[in-house]
Amino acid sequence: MKKKFELEDLDCANCAAKMEAAIKKIDGVNDAVMSFMAQKLTIDADDDRFDEIMQEVVKVCKKVEPDMTILM
Amino acid sequence: MTKKQKRERKKILIAGGIFVLLALIEHLGVLPAVFDNRLLKLLCYLIPYLVVGRDVVKGAVHGVLSANPFDEAFLMTLATFGAFAVGEDTEAVAVMLFYSVGELFQDVAVGKSRKSIKALMEIAPEYANLLLEDGSTKTVDPSELKIGDTIVIKAGEKVPVDGIVTDGTSMIDTKAITGESVPRSVRKDEAIISGCINGEGLLRVRVEKAYEDSTVAKILDMVENASEKKSRTENFITRFARYYTPVVVIGALILAVVPPIVTGTGFMMWIQRACTFLVISCPCALVLSVPLSFFGGIGAASRQGVLVKGSNYLEALGEMETLVSDKTGTLTKGEFRVTSILPASGEKTGEKAEQSAANKDALLETAAYAESFSDHPIALSILEAYGRKPDTAKVTDTMNVSGQGIIAQVDGHTVLAGNDKLMQENKIAFTETDQAGTVVYIAEDGTYRGCIVISDVIKDEAKQAIAALKAAGVKRTVMLTGDRKEAADAVGKELGMDLVCSELLPADKVGKVEALQQEMSGHGKLAFVGDGINDAPVLARADIGIAMGSMGSDAAIEAADVVIMDDDLMRIPGVIRVARKTLRIARENIVFALGVKLVVLALGALGLANMWAAVFADVGVSVICILNSMRMLRAK
Repeated sequence: MKKKFELEDLDCANCAAKMEAAIKKIDGVNDAVMSFMAQKLTIDADDDRFDEIMQEVVKVCKKVEPDMTILM
Repeated sequence: MTKKQKRERKKILIAGGIFVLLALIEHLGVLPAVFDNRLLKLLCYLIPYLVVGRDVVKGAVHGVLSANPFDEAFLMTLATFGAFAVGEDTEAVAVMLFYSVGELFQDVAVGKSRKSIKALMEIAPEYANLLLEDGSTKTVDPSELKIGDTIVIKAGEKVPVDGIVTDGTSMIDTKAITGESVPRSVRKDEAIISGCINGEGLLRVRVEKAYEDSTVAKILDMVENASEKKSRTENFITRFARYYTPVVVIGALILAVVPPIVTGTGFMMWIQRACTFLVISCPCALVLSVPLSFFGGIGAASRQGVLVKGSNYLEALGEMETLVSDKTGTLTKGEFRVTSILPASGEKTGEKAEQSAANKDALLETAAYAESFSDHPIALSILEAYGRKPDTAKVTDTMNVSGQGIIAQVDGHTVLAGNDKLMQENKIAFTETDQAGTVVYIAEDGTYRGCIVISDVIKDEAKQAIAALKAAGVKRTVMLTGDRKEAADAVGKELGMDLVCSELLPADKVGKVEALQQEMSGHGKLAFVGDGINDAPVLARADIGIAMGSMGSDAAIEAADVVIMDDDLMRIPGVIRVARKTLRIARENIVFALGVKLVVLALGALGLANMWAAVFADVGVSVICILNSMRMLRAK
C-alpha cells in the first residue's frame, strides 16, 4: 500500500535524505521517498503491518530530526 | 515569515545586540576586571551564544544521544566549542550568529520558492455551484459532485470538474492548464476542462468526471509527485554528501592531532584550524542546491502547459538526442482534406489555367455528387472541399463497392469514384498518379475524368517545431508511421525529418525505437512523441514518452512521462530549453558549492581562512545556490 504524508518543520535537505535512507531500511517498507521541496513523505509498505511500520517510521525520523512532525 | 522564523529572527537580533555590546566593551577596555578574567569573559560571551544557539546545542546533544554524530547541529556545536576552548570567544559567537542568520535566510528562501510553485499551481477549484431541482444553486465542495449532476459556472469562476456544456456560451481562459493565453470559446455540447476560468458568460455544465478523475486533480497530483522521481544529479549529490561529511570530519581530527605532534607547534592553532574544517563539513548547501533547481524547473515547465512527471524526466529532456514522432495526429492534424484535384483532360492537353480550374470544379462536383450519400471520411472530405450541398435528387442508385469505392447514377450518368482497383475492375483506362495520399479516381460513363488526392494536413507549427528542435540541439528527428511510403516520405521531406520509417505495424514501432536507441551515443536520450492512442508500449519503451493533446485521454497521461496539455509541438523545444537551464543551474550550484568549500578547506588547513570564511562557505554558499535556483521560477 502506498500512502502519502505531509511533513511539518522539515528544515534540512540533508536530514530528509538521511531519514529517507533510514526509513527504507525498516523491515516491511518496499519504498520510501521524502521530498524536501514538497514537504511530503511517500511510503510504500506492507498492508497488514502498515500502522506498526508507521510507528517505526516516526521513531527513526525523531532520531534524525526531532523537530519534524509527520501529519497523519 | 512563519511564526518559527519570526521567533528565530528575534533571537538573532537580541543575541546580535548583546554580542556587539560585549565586543565594544571589551575593545574599549572599560571593564578590565571582567574581560581580563578568562572565565568571566567566557561567561559573558556565552550569553549571546546561548540565546541564538540554544536549539543548535540541544540538537547536537540529541544527535549524539541517538548515535547520529554527523549532524549539522553537532558539527556547529563542536566547532564553536572548539573556538571557545582556544579562547576565540568572539569568533565562536559570531560563527553561531552567522550560521543562524544563514539558516533563517535559507528557510525563508526555500519557503518562498515553495510558495511560488504552489502559486503556479493555483488551479485547484475551491467550490462548485450545484444546480438543484428547484432551480436554485448550492455551493458544494468539488469532490462532492457526482457524474450527471449539473453545475453552474459564473463569470470569473474556475471550472471545478470536467464536463460538457449544456447551456450558455462563453470564452474560457485555459492558461493555467494549457499555457495557451488566447481564450477559447465554448458553447452547448462542447467539453470543458476543469481548472480553466470562465471568462464572461454563465454556463451550465453536466458533470462528466468526478473531481478526483478530472484533469485538474490529475495535474495537481502529478506535479506534487514529480519531486519523488529523483534525477541522477540529485541521487549523486545525496550519495556524495554521505561520504563528504565523515571525510571532512576525519580530516579535521587529523588536522587537530597530527601536525602539532609532527611539527611541535602549539595545539591551539591547529584546533582552531580543525574547527574551520568542522564548519565547512556541513553538507546541507550541497544537498539542497540540486532538488531546488529541479523543483523550479518542473514548475516552469508546467507554467508552459507541459507536465513533467519527475525530475529524472526533466533531466532526460535536457539530454535529448533523438526525437521520434508518430505521424498522424502528432505531426499532422489527423484530418483528411482534398489536397489536389487532377482532371484528366487538363493533364493530357495542357489546357490553360482558368479552363483547368473549371475542369477541377467540374471534377470535384462530379465526385461530390457521387459521394453525397456516403459518410466515409474520404467522402466527407470531398464534400467539404466542394463546399455546397449537392442536389441529392439528381443522385439515384448509389452502390458501395467494398474496398474499392462507389458507383452512382448522377443525372443519368454512371459515375465511378474509388481506388485503382475500382478502375481496373471496370476496365477503365486511367493514369495512375504518384502523389502522396489517398487517391480517388473518377470515371463517368466509362471515361476516365481524373483523380482527387486526399491527404492528412501537416500541423501549422510542425515544420517550425522540427527546426526549433534542431536548434535546441536534438541531433536526429525520426518519423514513424503505418502510412504508405509515398505519403510518409512527402510529409517527412516537407518537415525536414532526418529519417522516415513507413508502413509499420504498431508492434514494429517498439522494435524501431529500440533499434534507434542502439544507434545513439552513450548519454543521449530518446524521446517518443505520440497522441497517446495505441502508443502506450512505445511511450513506455522510449527514455522519455511524450503524450500530445491528451487532455481527455487518461491512458496517455498514465503511460507518458511528459504530457503536453495542448497540441502545440512548439512546447517540446520550449521544455527542452527549460530542462537545459535547470541542468545548468544544478551543475552551477554543485560546482560553486563544492568549489568554494574545497578552496576554504585548503585555505583553512594552511591557516589562511578563519571560521568566518568557513561560515560563508557553508550557509553563504547555500543561500547563493538558492538564489540561483530561484531564477528558474522566473524562467520564460
